[in-house]
Amino acid sequence: MPNIEVNGKSYETDEEGYLLNLAEWNQDVAAYIAKTESLEMSDNHWEVINFLREYYEEYQIAPAVRVLTKAIGKKFGPEKGTSQYLYELFPYGPGKQACKVAGLPKPTGCI
Amino acid sequence: MSDIKKFMFVNRKAPYGTIYALESLEVVLITAAFDQDVSLVFLDDGVYQLKKGQQTKGIETKNFSTTYRALEGYDIEKLYVEKESMDARGLTAEDLLVDVTVLTSKEMGELMGQQDVVLSF
Amino acid sequence: MLHIINRSVLGNAAFDSCLRVAAPGEILLIEDAVYAATKGNALEGKVREMQNRFKIHVLMPDLEARGLADRVIDGVSPVDYGGFVDLVAANKNCQSWL
Repeated sequence: MPNIEVNGKSYETDEEGYLLNLAEWNQDVAAYIAKTESLEMSDNHWEVINFLREYYEEYQIAPAVRVLTKAIGKKFGPEKGTSQYLYELFPYGPGKQACKVAGLPKPTGCI
Repeated sequence: MSDIKKFMFVNRKAPYGTIYALESLEVVLITAAFDQDVSLVFLDDGVYQLKKGQQTKGIETKNFSTTYRALEGYDIEKLYVEKESMDARGLTAEDLLVDVTVLTSKEMGELMGQQDVVLSF
Repeated sequence: MLHIINRSVLGNAAFDSCLRVAAPGEILLIEDAVYAATKGNALEGKVREMQNRFKIHVLMPDLEARGLADRVIDGVSPVDYGGFVDLVAANKNCQSWL
C-alpha cells in the first residue's frame, strides 16, 4: 500500500491517494492532500471539508454530489448550495476531491 | 414523465450475517441518482436492518444502520415494513430508526405487483 | 407476477413468506425448492391448496437432477429452461424469494 508522510508520521492510502483509516485524519494531512490536488485551501474549502466529516460521522457514507449540494445550501445559504460553487472550490469534483481531502472514501455511486 | 419506473427493493435478510443488506443499500443509493420511483420494503429478517441502537464495534464491522437515515436526503422516502414480520420478531414501529409505513401482507403483495422492477435481496 | 423460490421449503421461511405476501399469480420452483412439487413431501397438502391462488411451475432439469422427475404433484406444470424464460417474459415483474 502507498504511504504519504506528513510531519514525520506515515499514513496509509489506497492506490488513488484516499486515506485508508479515516480516524487518522487531521488538518495537516488534509492540507498535505490538498496540496497534491493543487488546491489553495480557503475558509470556504474548510467549511465543505468539515461539513463532509460531520455528514460521514452521522450517516457513515460520503454523500452524492447532488445530496451534498442540497445539504450545503440548507446549512450555509442558497448561494453556496449550487454545484457551480462547489466545483469552483473543487474543480475535479466536490465528491471525489473534497472527500479525498476530508479523509473519506469515495462517495458511493460516484461514477 | 413516462420514463420514470417503479423500482422496489425487497430486503429480507438480517444486517450482518450476510452481505445482502449492505449490498442492497449501496444499490439503492446509486439508483437514487437516476430519479426513479424507489420503494424499499423490509420483510422477514429484513426488518432487523432498521432496528435502533445497533453497535457493531464488537464485531469489527461497519455500522451502516445510520445510513438509512440519509435516505431522506436522497429523496427516498417510501419505506415499507410488513406488520406480520415485525410482530413475529417482537418489534414495533417505535423500535425502528426511520419513519416507515406499516403494511399488512396483503397490502404488501398488492404494492409488489404494481412495480415495474423488483430487486430481491 | 412471477415468484421464484430456490431453497428447500422444509425448514426455510422463504416459501411461507411468499405464500403470506404474494398476491395471486404464478410461482416457479427451482433448485432445492423443487422438492416441494413432489408427491408425498410434507408440504404436499399446502402445495395442492396453493393451486387455488397460484399457477405452480417446477423446473424439470432441477427435479431430474434430484431423481424425482416422476413424482410431480398433479396440476403442477413442468417447465424446461425455455419455459423458465417464457414465464419471466410473460409476467410484468418478478420477485426472487432468496
